[in-house]
Amino acid sequence: MRITVKINGVEETADVEPRLLLVHLLREVFELTGTHIGCDTTSCGACTVLLDGTPVKSCTMFGVQADGREITTVEGLAQDGQLHPVQAAFKEEHGLQCGYCTPGMMLVGKALLEANPSPSEEDVRWAISGNICRCTGYMNITKAIQAAGRTMAGEPVSGGAAVTG
Amino acid sequence: MLSARFEYHRPTSVDEALQLLSTLDDAKVLAGGQSLIPLMKFRLATPAHLVDINHVAGLDGIVEEGGVLRIGALVRHNAVAASGSISARHPLLAAAATQVADPIVRNLGTVAGSIAHADPAGDWGTVMLAAGGAFKLRSARGEREVAATDFFLDLFTTVLQPDEILTEVRVPTPGGRTGGTYLKLERKIGDFATVATAVHVLMDDGRIARAGIALTGVGSTNIKATEAEAALAGAEPTEEVFAEAGRLAAAAANPVTDVRGSTEYKRHMIEVYVRRGLAHAVETARAA
Repeated sequence: MRITVKINGVEETADVEPRLLLVHLLREVFELTGTHIGCDTTSCGACTVLLDGTPVKSCTMFGVQADGREITTVEGLAQDGQLHPVQAAFKEEHGLQCGYCTPGMMLVGKALLEANPSPSEEDVRWAISGNICRCTGYMNITKAIQAAGRTMAGEPVSGGAAVTG
Repeated sequence: MLSARFEYHRPTSVDEALQLLSTLDDAKVLAGGQSLIPLMKFRLATPAHLVDINHVAGLDGIVEEGGVLRIGALVRHNAVAASGSISARHPLLAAAATQVADPIVRNLGTVAGSIAHADPAGDWGTVMLAAGGAFKLRSARGEREVAATDFFLDLFTTVLQPDEILTEVRVPTPGGRTGGTYLKLERKIGDFATVATAVHVLMDDGRIARAGIALTGVGSTNIKATEAEAALAGAEPTEEVFAEAGRLAAAAANPVTDVRGSTEYKRHMIEVYVRRGLAHAVETARAA
C-alpha cells in the first residue's frame, strides 16, 4: 500500500505491507533509528513518537495507520542545529544514563509541556508513567522536563553546573 | 514482532464498514488497536482482513442528552478523562478513565474497543456492569441494543457477531444524589489489574436506593456482584452494611492464583475495595 506521512516536517512516501509496524517503518524504511524498540509489547514506551502531536507507542500501530498524518520522532526535536529545550534540559540535568528510554521520555515531555507549560513534579511523573527507565533515572528525568518548561517559558537557565568536556 | 499477513481496508462511513464486515471472511475491526495489535503480533489473532474504522466520521462523539450518555466507538480513554460532562455527572467513569493501561496507551485505546475485546482484566466492562450501561451493535442487517449484563459470555467472548460493530456505549445519566468510583490494584501503572472494583450508588433520603457493583480480573468475564447489590438496596449506609456487601462481592469473585497474587489475596482485596469504594461513593453522593 502506498502511504504518505509527514515525518519531522518532511513529506515522505513509501510502499509498505499493511503489517509493517510504525516503528519498523520509521527505523527500516526511513532509517530514523532514534526511535528505539524496547519491549515490543506496548509496555515500556521506548518506541514513543508523536502522532499529530500526541504520544503513541509506535510498536502498537501499523505504518499504514500513519498515512496522511504527521509523525515527530526524536530526530525532529533539534532545529537548525540547536537542541530543543527538552534535549538541552536532559543534558543539563543528567536526565539520561544509557539513553535507551530517552527518545520516548523527551517526546512525552515535549507533549506534556505544550499542554501544561509549568507541570508539577506529580504532573510529570503521571505523564511519564507509561515510559520505563531501567537506569532508575526518574528523578533527573522529572527535573529535566520541569527545567525545560522553565526554559520554554523564557526563564533564564538556573543553577546547574556548566557542562564541560 | 511481525503479525501474520492481512488485507487492510479503510472505510469512511459506518455503512461502508458494515458492508465490508458482511462480505469479508475472517475480518476484525481496528479502532485503537491497543489490544488487537499486540494479539496479532503474538499471532494469537490472525485475521485475514482488518477494517480500520479510524477514518469513519461520526464515531468520536461524547454526547449527553435525554438522560443518556453516548460514547462513540472511536472515543479514546483520554477523551473520557478530559470530558467535562463525564467528570461532572459520571464519577465512576471519570475515575476509571485515568486508570486504564498507561497515559500513552490511553491516547489511542478506545472504550468501545476495550469492551468488545472482553478481557476479564479489562476495566470498562466492569464499569458498564456497575453503571447499567448498554451497547449499540450495528450490522448491515440492522441494529440492536444489548445490556452490559447480557453482553459478556466468556473469556474474550461476547454476543457481538463477526459482522457487527459496537458503535456506541450508552450509560444512563445518574439522577439525584449519586456517587461512584473505580478502585484498581495494580503492580505498576500499565499492568493488568490484580483486582479492581467499580461501585455506583444512588442515594434517596439518606438510604442507598440502588447500588451497582462489579469486579475486574476475578473470573472469566467482568463480574456483576448481584448479591452485594441486592443487600445494599434500601439499606442504611453503615460500615456494617458496606462490610457485608464486601463479603458478598468477594463470594461472587472466582480469582485464580497467578503472578499478581493468590486466590485468597485477590478475594480479600475485592472485599476491601468494595467496602472502601462504597464508603467513598456514599460520601461523594452526599456531597453531590
